[in-house]
Amino acid sequence: MATGFHGVGAAVAALSSSPSNSFDSKKLLCSPRRSFPVRKGASFVADRSDGSVNLDLNPKARRAQQLIVNAVANKADSSPASSSSKPGHELLLFEALREGLEEEMDRDPRVCVMGEDVGHYGGSYKVTRGLAEKFGDLRVLDTPIAENSFTGMGIGAAMTGLRPVVEGMNMGFLLLAFNQISNNCGMLHYTSGGQFTIPIVIRGPGGVGRQLGAEHSQRLESYFQSIPGIQMVACSTPYNAKGLMKAAIRSENPVILFEHVLLYNLKERIPDEDYICNLEEAEMVRPGEHVTILTYSRMRYHVMQAAKTLVNKGYDPEVIDIRSLKPFDLHTIGNSVKKTHRVLIVEECMRTGGIGASLTAAITENFHDYLDTPIMCLSSQDVPTPYAGTLEEWTVVQPAQIVTAVEQLCK
Amino acid sequence: MSTAFSAANFSTQSFPLNHTSTTTHDSPLVFAKPTSQFLRSTPKLRLSSFSKLNLSRRSGTVVAVSDVVKQKKSKSTPTLLITKEEGLELYEDMVLGRAFEDMCAQMYYRGKMFGFVHLYNGQEAVSTGFIKLLKQQDSVVSTYRDHVHALSKGVPARAVMSELFGKTTGCCRGQGGSMHMFSREHNLLGGFAFIGEGIPIATGAAFTSKYKREVLKEADCDHVTLAFFGDGTCNNGQFFECLNMASLWKLPIVFVVENNLWAIGMSHLRATSDPQIYKKGPAFGMPGIHVDGMDVLKVREVAKEAIGRARRGEGPTLVECETYRFRGHSLADPDELRDPAEKAHYAARDPITALKKYLTENNLASESELKAIDKKIDEVVEDAVEFADESPVPPRSQLLENVFADPKGFGIGSDGRYRCEDPKFTQGTAHV
Repeated sequence: MATGFHGVGAAVAALSSSPSNSFDSKKLLCSPRRSFPVRKGASFVADRSDGSVNLDLNPKARRAQQLIVNAVANKADSSPASSSSKPGHELLLFEALREGLEEEMDRDPRVCVMGEDVGHYGGSYKVTRGLAEKFGDLRVLDTPIAENSFTGMGIGAAMTGLRPVVEGMNMGFLLLAFNQISNNCGMLHYTSGGQFTIPIVIRGPGGVGRQLGAEHSQRLESYFQSIPGIQMVACSTPYNAKGLMKAAIRSENPVILFEHVLLYNLKERIPDEDYICNLEEAEMVRPGEHVTILTYSRMRYHVMQAAKTLVNKGYDPEVIDIRSLKPFDLHTIGNSVKKTHRVLIVEECMRTGGIGASLTAAITENFHDYLDTPIMCLSSQDVPTPYAGTLEEWTVVQPAQIVTAVEQLCK
Repeated sequence: MSTAFSAANFSTQSFPLNHTSTTTHDSPLVFAKPTSQFLRSTPKLRLSSFSKLNLSRRSGTVVAVSDVVKQKKSKSTPTLLITKEEGLELYEDMVLGRAFEDMCAQMYYRGKMFGFVHLYNGQEAVSTGFIKLLKQQDSVVSTYRDHVHALSKGVPARAVMSELFGKTTGCCRGQGGSMHMFSREHNLLGGFAFIGEGIPIATGAAFTSKYKREVLKEADCDHVTLAFFGDGTCNNGQFFECLNMASLWKLPIVFVVENNLWAIGMSHLRATSDPQIYKKGPAFGMPGIHVDGMDVLKVREVAKEAIGRARRGEGPTLVECETYRFRGHSLADPDELRDPAEKAHYAARDPITALKKYLTENNLASESELKAIDKKIDEVVEDAVEFADESPVPPRSQLLENVFADPKGFGIGSDGRYRCEDPKFTQGTAHV
């Protein structure tokens, strides 16, 4: 598929535009962008103990609350003073998503956005702020509250030549669009014998937030994963958020992009040049030797926090952000399993039928011989997310549990 | 002049289930005066009337459809609604639909096609009346009762029959089947198994048309989309949601309700609080029209107006076609619930017989010309069956094709290569 971008992410660029025969996954995402091995300025308020997520844009206040988590547990060079001389530009994850979206809309006039409050309101998490003023009300369409129908409308538009990006104000609302997502989005290319393509992107915030209540705290990736014909990716950093957004828009397949409510204010320095992140590949966050920890989205940060503790205790975990929830990147995962022989999956899905369950099955099927010990999977409890803060904390996996799990795996 | 379709008295229907409302079949489109507030005739829609409707709506008055529409004046000399060419085209299309569906039934009972097959016998006037007015770039969205919509839109009978036989030469390579007829070339956007799920697709196609004109600046893009669906669908949320959106954005779409009074075994009257579906149009700011769906000429007149409205950018229309399916819901339906008297009543109003009568009585065509068309269609259908019979079944290698437009979507295997490069993949034996 043609990718018209240019620039330094050359290996990534070459990767995506080359015919599949010459694909070499090694070149993949241990990527050239990693000119800085430490992710400077990536900040995340991981724990409730740090207080609530600060959604305002006061940088001072934000920095005061920051818990700086490093991708690699090397020395952290996070001084803000040095940031101005580095290449690239700094922004927050929601801005990265917007930048990616805006660049694609500039590049291809067929790209349009539809969803509730995406236009004049700028999006419930401000991902589409300013776009309606720039591109007009038809290209950034404020829809009535009718998820099934406007998702279907997006699919119909995709079939007839447009490239819509449908936003679910909260991923949970897309349960109302399940009919369209399953039957039409996923299956229509097949049932039409390949005649119609559905280059649609369905995106939105999901996951467990801060006391948002059960219905606003859902993880739809577990429900959608069986639908044939769709791809699912989850972003976790501003870099991969922008890259995955762009790749999803350019893809001819329907892609569901899962964002997380608590990650929108992550800050990172990203390249100025055009780049995309490959949809089917996982991201090596921290190479290691002792144990493979597979995770995605917000749990990546809990894992990295646990990794700090583990490193201090003498362990060397390899952390992979699987990013591609469907299909799994069995190459990156497999290589890791073959190296460490121990696997821990940390996810935010429920225990039953989640991504972790599928991943466990896939690894067992493919790499059984390489495992020294059964795969351990840490998931959220099979419980509707409670409102009370303490209960909510206990439904999702916390760093302490991850540390314990690794210690157990490595006994 | 009274057309072939008028009858001196129109019987009111009383259905075996107890209810008080009746339906009447009014006189032909052109010559009826408006009846009472239940406007059952097929009114001619005039633009100025509709803008009045808009103004009234803004001031909060509820305006009935009958206030909006005006009737064509009765002419003292009869005018024909169609030319000879048009008449023959309509006749041929309806006969094709009928003959094809009859052949489907035969083939089904002979074990050549399987699953759920929903036949369109009796409803041909709606498909022909609307679709024959479309251009190739206009889109049609249908339901599971889609064979005849496909044929009217121009999909070759061979392709449809092969698809039904599950052969690789079918319009969807055998992957869709009876309920999923698609054609990119003829802009047939499906073929949907769940009722209502095609309506948003149609709304999306109409959205694309508007987008092309206004954003992509293709000034002459005036493509119209027709969404066909049944009475049962009109109680479904997607119907209402799309009426709202289409009207809100003035999308170039016509919502065509094929009200055949039955949703499998559920009578429309038992399922719907207000069974007059056309009245639901004005509630969303669009005209709602009721037309006798057994009369292809009436349908065509209404369709002209509705499609014209859409093409001019004036927005959507809701057209309720009162029609009837002569067969059961599907070939698996024993069809025990419908009153034989009701079936007989509609059988007497067979749209093909009626058109034949109109053509011959108005000297537009002779019996022999029509018979020749019948024969020609029989041959077309026979040929379609032969072609389908002789076509190959899909090979194993076809199993994994078309799941993704970009097969990289199957992901990366443990060997580092994309799974779609695995030769087992092209053989259809890979496990994904």
